[in-house]
Amino acid sequence: MAKKENIVETAKEIKDIIVDAVTDQETVEAAKIIKDATKEALGKVVDTIQQASVSSTRIDAKIPEGPLAQKWSNYKDHQKLVNPSNKRRLDIIVVGTGLAGASAAASLAELGFNVLNFCIQDSPRRAHSIAAQGGINAAKNYQNDGDSVYRLFYDTIKGGDYRAREANVYRLAEVSNNIIDQCVAQGVPFAREYGGLLDNRSFGGAQVSRTFYAKGQTGQQLLLGAYSALSRQIGKGAVKLFPRHEMLDVVVIDGRARGIIARNLTTGKIERYFAHAVVVGSGGYGNTFFLSTNAMASNGSAAMQMYRKGAYFANPAYAQIHPTCIPVHGEFQSKLTLMSESLRNDGRIWTPKKKEDAEAIRVGKLKPTDLKEEDRDYYLERRYPAFGNLVPRDVASRAAKERCDAGYGVGTTGLAVYLDFSDAINRLGENVVRARYGNLFQMYEKIVDENPYKTPMMIYPAIHYTMGGIWVDYELQTSVKGLFCIGEANFSDHGANRLGASALMQGLADGYFVLPYTIQNYLADQIQVPRMSTELPEFAEAEKAVEDKVKKIMSIQGKCSVDSIHRELGLIMWDFVGMGRNKAGLEKALAKIKEVRKEFWSNVYVPGKADGLNVELEKAIRLADFIEIGELMARDALNREESCGGHFREEYQTPDGEALRNDDKFSYAACWKYMGEGQEPCMLKEYLEYEFVKRQQRNYKA
Amino acid sequence: MEKTINITLKVWRQAGPKEKGSFETYALKNISTDSSFLEMMDILNEQLISERKEPIVFDHDCREGICGMCSLYINGHPHGPDGEITTCQLHMRKFKDGETITVEPWRSAAFPVIKDLMVNRGAYDQIIQAGGFVSVNTGGVPDGNAIPIPKPKADEAMDAASCIGCGACAAACKNGSAMLFVAAKVSQLALLPQGQVERAARAKAMVAKMDELGFGNCTNTGACAAECPKNVSISHIARLNREFLSAKFKD
Repeated sequence: MAKKENIVETAKEIKDIIVDAVTDQETVEAAKIIKDATKEALGKVVDTIQQASVSSTRIDAKIPEGPLAQKWSNYKDHQKLVNPSNKRRLDIIVVGTGLAGASAAASLAELGFNVLNFCIQDSPRRAHSIAAQGGINAAKNYQNDGDSVYRLFYDTIKGGDYRAREANVYRLAEVSNNIIDQCVAQGVPFAREYGGLLDNRSFGGAQVSRTFYAKGQTGQQLLLGAYSALSRQIGKGAVKLFPRHEMLDVVVIDGRARGIIARNLTTGKIERYFAHAVVVGSGGYGNTFFLSTNAMASNGSAAMQMYRKGAYFANPAYAQIHPTCIPVHGEFQSKLTLMSESLRNDGRIWTPKKKEDAEAIRVGKLKPTDLKEEDRDYYLERRYPAFGNLVPRDVASRAAKERCDAGYGVGTTGLAVYLDFSDAINRLGENVVRARYGNLFQMYEKIVDENPYKTPMMIYPAIHYTMGGIWVDYELQTSVKGLFCIGEANFSDHGANRLGASALMQGLADGYFVLPYTIQNYLADQIQVPRMSTELPEFAEAEKAVEDKVKKIMSIQGKCSVDSIHRELGLIMWDFVGMGRNKAGLEKALAKIKEVRKEFWSNVYVPGKADGLNVELEKAIRLADFIEIGELMARDALNREESCGGHFREEYQTPDGEALRNDDKFSYAACWKYMGEGQEPCMLKEYLEYEFVKRQQRNYKA
Repeated sequence: MEKTINITLKVWRQAGPKEKGSFETYALKNISTDSSFLEMMDILNEQLISERKEPIVFDHDCREGICGMCSLYINGHPHGPDGEITTCQLHMRKFKDGETITVEPWRSAAFPVIKDLMVNRGAYDQIIQAGGFVSVNTGGVPDGNAIPIPKPKADEAMDAASCIGCGACAAACKNGSAMLFVAAKVSQLALLPQGQVERAARAKAMVAKMDELGFGNCTNTGACAAECPKNVSISHIARLNREFLSAKFKD
């Protein structure tokens, strides 16, 4: 406060100077400069005071009391519930039909709520969860190899580099077993042993086999299970489905989420929908990078709308780079294709031991199959003897980058390493390998035009998943009342790195077994609230803001296509906010993203009209948000001066190149709060307390 | 190494469901044979946008052959000339330099065109809504290993369940029949113990819905299975017929 008085004092003095300087032109000029500077400084003071009041907001994750293993039971025993006749009177909007969205919509409708379910695709079955290949984790311990709920919890916390909430992760491990039972009951054809029992495989970051799978199409089968449950409710009329509809805003009335504004993608019409609560399961924002393993339409716009309406965006910098993707091959490329992590069960990753061999391979003078065993460097087995090829994704990705940067990369670009199945084929026979991975091998061959049974696959890391997302408390509620966020779209369970086969687990845990409970604790207080009219001013305002934004984009009529600007953004993200980040690079990224934003808002070209089907317009609206997300990611990465999980700051590493965490300074979730357009966001901290697990430097070596 | 080709495209353009459509011809130069068919379409669209023209509308999403969103009738074949893949996995190396490629939407009474190459496949969702599920609510189900399932049965159910719901089977069928799609779901659930309780009711409900939505009858031409990108076998249609008949006899 003293500071403010001083400034007021100075301002008065300046006023006097200006008044005294009657004719002297120079003095007047100088006074003007001082006046402007004072104004600016005062503005900053006001901002600081405002920010300080925001940052003193305590973030309450509402973690239940009690020992770790009893928190969830305690919660369920004491939470409020809604009785069956009241459920019928309550409407819930669910945005998204992936594993989280479809399972939530179906389960809520089964309970008796009235559900409105939105998706941007032509059918709920297309959501990108469908593309998950490898499997889903659960602590069943069917293999008798020492697994338990605690061990799955521990592996997940450790895999996430101690940047997730203990209570959430324990709950996730606890409900994992119910998911498997549920899916089996739905008729999901999981792989089985000859005795008729469920089969398991291993995944990165674990020393037990706890991954359930359905060929290389586990995501597809689980999603179709959830889709069938959803379809049953649609058939009964308990869920009303809105395909080809994109959410463009959340409507907040008296501090509570009460509906959404959506664009009907077929007609272009902007529509209003009311509900007592809004649940968003819209997936991750990996497509900020343009090239990623996400589907073409996957986007972060729903998350940004929640953020702009007051929901915190937590840990945006935590993005997962998946080690086994088909390498980039040309400028025309539209997306990257993942080769399942399950391949690392039997495939061995290597690069040539000698640089001259790598060079000869790059120019096509040498074939990988020509290289003798002793000339190959199985670098993961060398560096991490205990976990070998099954180290977590972030570790495997960085190791591949390290080899390629050092000049041992293969492929025409030098940005690829080998994933070799010759050992597995010799050991098990081609037929067994075909049975396990046939569809993946076929996919590889169709894209690359090489036979992976005969020559090693080439792989390179690519953006795959975002651990960051909308902040939610233990109840999966955002910082806006009545607004819930589930699945990849929230930030909750994976910390700074997600283990393989855990995304499916989290999506379904949220949708089947967590949200249907926790949302009732909120809705129990809402039973007296009547259905509101969508004619309310809040709906009209939100709709007008969307319409204005669409009009603005359509009116630019510049020279650049949406994709060309998106590619530009993607390159900046990959170069500076990708696998290796540093202060100078991140600052550069922030400056460059500003230029991209300017380019977009002054020079984008969207053909056609807004009142009809217009794919370029859809892409443009999403790109406008990707630009903001990109900036938020860079900002968060700059703030986090440590390396953890998928976030690797080159300045912070151990002598042998491993991520170096700083638990004293950064043991928190960085929650970014929107402060208005053009304003810098404010960062709040949710401190992560580790009561049950001792934090260690992650070690996959011994 | 990278090779490029020049091609001519004849693409179906249709402004809306009720508008009259026609073929437009486009020339494309220096297309890398390593690019996918949809990447080639992206290049064409970028070209159209640079000429201030409206790009061609087509459905696509995952671009790795699993979401079932992409469609396209290419040179008379659903998902193009290559076998066992979707359009997004089709690569330009399957085409010759100087070739003319004809691209059309799915043509089937039950899949009306929305715009250009995009069609409405909502009918498939409606068939599933009629009975393509096991009626279990979330929670209260037995342990996953409570009922052993013989591996061959589980594997066969998995093969049937690989259907991606793209619509190629109905689009390929001269009768516009959705039998392979319906058969895949009926068969998957009939093979598994979890599907037994509703087995007969499911077959009847799904077939009735299929008929109601305007799909044609099956005359066993086998075009559906030949064009299926996921290689779903026609033997599932035989199983559906058995399921349907035995359900009717029980009535």
